[in-house]
Amino acid sequence: MKVNELIEELNLTLFCGEAGVDNEIKGGYTCDLLSDVMGNIEEGMVWITMQTHQNVLAVASLKDAAAVLIVNGYEPDGEMREKTMEGAIPILGTKLSAFEASGIIYRLLHGK
Amino acid sequence: MVFRYELEGGNFSKAGHASSEIKKTLKQLSVDPRIIKRIVVALYEAEVNVVAHAWKGEVLAEVEANQITLTLRDEGPGIPDIPLAMQEGYSTASPAVRQMGFGAGMGLPNMKKNVDELEIESRVGVGTNVRMVTRFSGE
Ligand SMILES: Nc1ncnc2c1ncn2[C@@H]1O[C@H](COP(=O)(O)OP(=O)(O)O)[C@@H](O)[C@H]1O
Ligand SMILES: [Mg+2]
Repeated sequence: MKVNELIEELNLTLFCGEAGVDNEIKGGYTCDLLSDVMGNIEEGMVWITMQTHQNVLAVASLKDAAAVLIVNGYEPDGEMREKTMEGAIPILGTKLSAFEASGIIYRLLHGK
Repeated sequence: MVFRYELEGGNFSKAGHASSEIKKTLKQLSVDPRIIKRIVVALYEAEVNVVAHAWKGEVLAEVEANQITLTLRDEGPGIPDIPLAMQEGYSTASPAVRQMGFGAGMGLPNMKKNVDELEIESRVGVGTNVRMVTRFSGE
């Protein structure tokens, strides 16, 4: 599934990083601890988190995540938006909780 | 080739800059992408440690044909007990740093897991030197 299909399916907000909406999503990882994500997320995954600062973007781009999905209605802070403008990692938002978003995306990706 | 980047304690907006530059350089040199990932995981954690725990520091990256040597030198409080600091889950990070999702005590263990050689030297009240070597030819 591509990022723009996910945006449509879940009616997500696209805050920034439009250049990456064609990224292919191969899986997901849900966590708010940056070291854990750094160690465990894999290339092409969507990262589901409630962290909203620019270091999220650093981790996502170093690990080649497909997109970042910010949950609970939070929004990326100003610095995070500024930095994303240059890159190709879409920063998305939803009012859903991490549990709900992860469940729905899991089902979309794995068909169960 | 030697590259040098500066780090400032408390300035999280600079953390990750060295890692992303090194990632680009290694890509251009056609280093195995899996090895690049491991190098940047370790370098990012090391950068964050200087920003989160020290006052100021620098990254020196020496790229050779078959390996990279990353040296992080900082002026800071130092690490009184290195084996304790290496334990998974051990952290002295401040509440503010934890709130950002750092300070899980996984940084040093992540570094150790992802490089071929890791050496740490530290003097309490003076600073810390971290040296990491990774060879490009795989395990
Ligand atoms: N450069 C450094 N200067 C001073 N203390 C450090 C440094 N790097 C690591 N430490 C100490 O080692 C602990 C463990 O580091 P780490 O495993 O990266 O976990 P974390 O950074 O999440 O606390 C830190 O909490 C800190 O007490
Ligand atoms: Mg750390």
